[in-house]
Amino acid sequence: MNKIWLIIKREYLTRVRNKTFLLSTFLLPIVMMLFIFGSAFFAMSSKEKLKKIAVINDPGMFKFNLKGDSLRLAFDFISGIDSSNFFDKGYDAVLNLNNDSVTRKFTIHSKKQLGIDAQDMIENKLDRAFENNQLQQKGIRKETLDSISKKSNGAFSIENRLTSEQGKSKEVNAQLNYGIGFGSGILIYITMFIFGAMVMRGVMEEKTNRIAEVMVSSVKPFQLMMGKILGIAAVGLTQFFLWIVLIMMLSTIVSAFIPHELVQQAGEMNKNMPVGGNNAMVMKFMDVKQTVSAVNWLQIISCFIFFFLGGYLFYASLFAAIGSVINEDTQEAQSLMLPITMPIIFAFIIMSSNLNTPDSKIMVWASMIPFTSPIVMMARIPSGVPWPQLLLSMVLLIGGFLFTTWLAAKIYRTGILMYGKKASWKEMFKWAFRKS
Amino acid sequence: MNILELQNLKKYFATQKAVDDISFTIKQGSIFGLLGPNGAGKTTLLRMITGIFYPDSGNIIFNGKHFDPVNDIVNIGYMPEERGLYKKMKIGEQALYLAQLKGLSKSDALQKIKAWFIKFEMETWWNKKVEDLSKGMSQKLQFVTTVLHEPKLIILDEPFSGLDPVNANLIKDEIFNLAKNGSTVIFSTHRMEQVEEICDHIVLVNKGKKILDGSVSEIKNQFKENVYRLGAPTSAHNLMTYIFEVIKHQPDELLLKLLHNSTPNDVLKFFISQDVPIQSFNEVLPTLNEIFIQLVEGTPDARQFQTIK
Repeated sequence: MNKIWLIIKREYLTRVRNKTFLLSTFLLPIVMMLFIFGSAFFAMSSKEKLKKIAVINDPGMFKFNLKGDSLRLAFDFISGIDSSNFFDKGYDAVLNLNNDSVTRKFTIHSKKQLGIDAQDMIENKLDRAFENNQLQQKGIRKETLDSISKKSNGAFSIENRLTSEQGKSKEVNAQLNYGIGFGSGILIYITMFIFGAMVMRGVMEEKTNRIAEVMVSSVKPFQLMMGKILGIAAVGLTQFFLWIVLIMMLSTIVSAFIPHELVQQAGEMNKNMPVGGNNAMVMKFMDVKQTVSAVNWLQIISCFIFFFLGGYLFYASLFAAIGSVINEDTQEAQSLMLPITMPIIFAFIIMSSNLNTPDSKIMVWASMIPFTSPIVMMARIPSGVPWPQLLLSMVLLIGGFLFTTWLAAKIYRTGILMYGKKASWKEMFKWAFRKS
Repeated sequence: MNILELQNLKKYFATQKAVDDISFTIKQGSIFGLLGPNGAGKTTLLRMITGIFYPDSGNIIFNGKHFDPVNDIVNIGYMPEERGLYKKMKIGEQALYLAQLKGLSKSDALQKIKAWFIKFEMETWWNKKVEDLSKGMSQKLQFVTTVLHEPKLIILDEPFSGLDPVNANLIKDEIFNLAKNGSTVIFSTHRMEQVEEICDHIVLVNKGKKILDGSVSEIKNQFKENVYRLGAPTSAHNLMTYIFEVIKHQPDELLLKLLHNSTPNDVLKFFISQDVPIQSFNEVLPTLNEIFIQLVEGTPDARQFQTIK
């Protein structure tokens, strides 16, 4: 036990001290944050430019109703302008509202592409203008309509409560569950590959460096293999932990620095939005905030750690066995890895294509079989899994990794000291099932 | 006392009888040479002694008791033919790690490593990585990590390959030292001149079987061919006799082989009677190299694959 601990310590420390580990651990959250806030920043800054748009509207239905705002859009109703000379007269675009008021399809000419945002905004303004025009014609005052819609919008809401066996009901937000499930499924998928490959490379290194023979004259091959697998598992957990801490830290820092302008901007945007949409957005935000805090994060995180470890242990020993039969040739590695990577990819495909129906037959089955369960079960957990199913899946996974470890250890023990030729599947099968 | 006793050891692989019924004993404190051509089964034999492989049949008695790899492994130091160290690990840490795996406590290990590093002038290496070392330097490091935990039995597979004469002598002196202090050294090689110089006792294996066992002088006597070297000026008319035949004739030296149960005295009498001025006369024993070649020759160089039932 003492020796296995020494091996775990070495495997862990050499990897954690490695520059690439530090880089990937600290850079990834920063890059992610930069990406999110950077794109938000660019989206914001691009809106700030005022666009001057010349409008051609001879009958004048829009003339008094189409109003720009001081920040982004300005409409000018002038004559003697067309798509050939608007730029020389200092306009960004020319909107022709004459051509067809039946199909309500208008054209706007510009030198540069307007962008979806601007186009949306112009369409929105046209709709409002049309609305105002209609209201005036029918004799309804705009203020009356506003006050009605203010009262009615968001006055009612529906909450989907699931009745589980215990008779308790809980709130669900299908979209959020979808997101969490998909996210954790992908994370398990990626980490299983990354850390599995790390185990394989470690074993290959020991074999090609010939250190394996020195090691197995001091420790049992099983200890050597398990030490490596557990050491790398600890590396993985450290990385997750650091990511969570870093993301939390960064988001508090970022929200401490940016919020002022952001909040203002958001407020401004809301003001310019149509009243109804605005309210709905706010309500939706509140909803998400509520459900995010209603999600059982403790359960999700603890299940995630369990299924990450379980799935990793299930596959890592197989990766170790593959690493032990390879001789320096990465081509060999690829062909031997295929039978191991296939079920992982298969699990990912099942997960991503059936995520909408987390209780369908295929999802239930796939979340039981240890080959696919870590990924698929993790995707199901946010939307609630009956306890017996969860328990069975966990027990099967533990049993599964005990079996694969036992099997892989036998291949590993022989493979690690075999040099010269690549082992065939037949030979590996023989090593695995012969009596020792 | 015998530190190691092998009794009818067998290990068959799918296509080879790697070790086929080998027995021998090794005395404590001796330097034992395990010889054999490539593929004779030396490495397999050593792997069984180090507990890496289990024998298919036969017994290994270590230190008077049945060999138990889990507990006895701390008393064995093994330096395999293919050297292996973690390339990216710092040298000091690596030595410490390997020593701790052999069951030394951290402080104990540090103390011993320092002593060895000073002895081998490796103090400045501590924070270097193995990949920075030359082949000879990493060889020295490997030797240190092998003997650091003061094992009773030290197994060295080709310990001098890649070493310059100065460093080879350094290691050789250490091997003698270790033996003097009670460690037993098993020394596997196919460099015969080193064996003659170092080993007390040798075993020669070929094709999985033991074909020779004894001390170096015993074996040489066993294979002597009654060849003598005579230092004396002779000419052809001096050599007409049935006592010996001439193997090599030089103006002032003669290599001859006794015939018909004649003795060295007969030869001397023969020359004295002819009044030949004799300067020297001595027996020429075969070198281990010659014995080795004589025994191994005629068998195919590479082992043939066969099916084992």
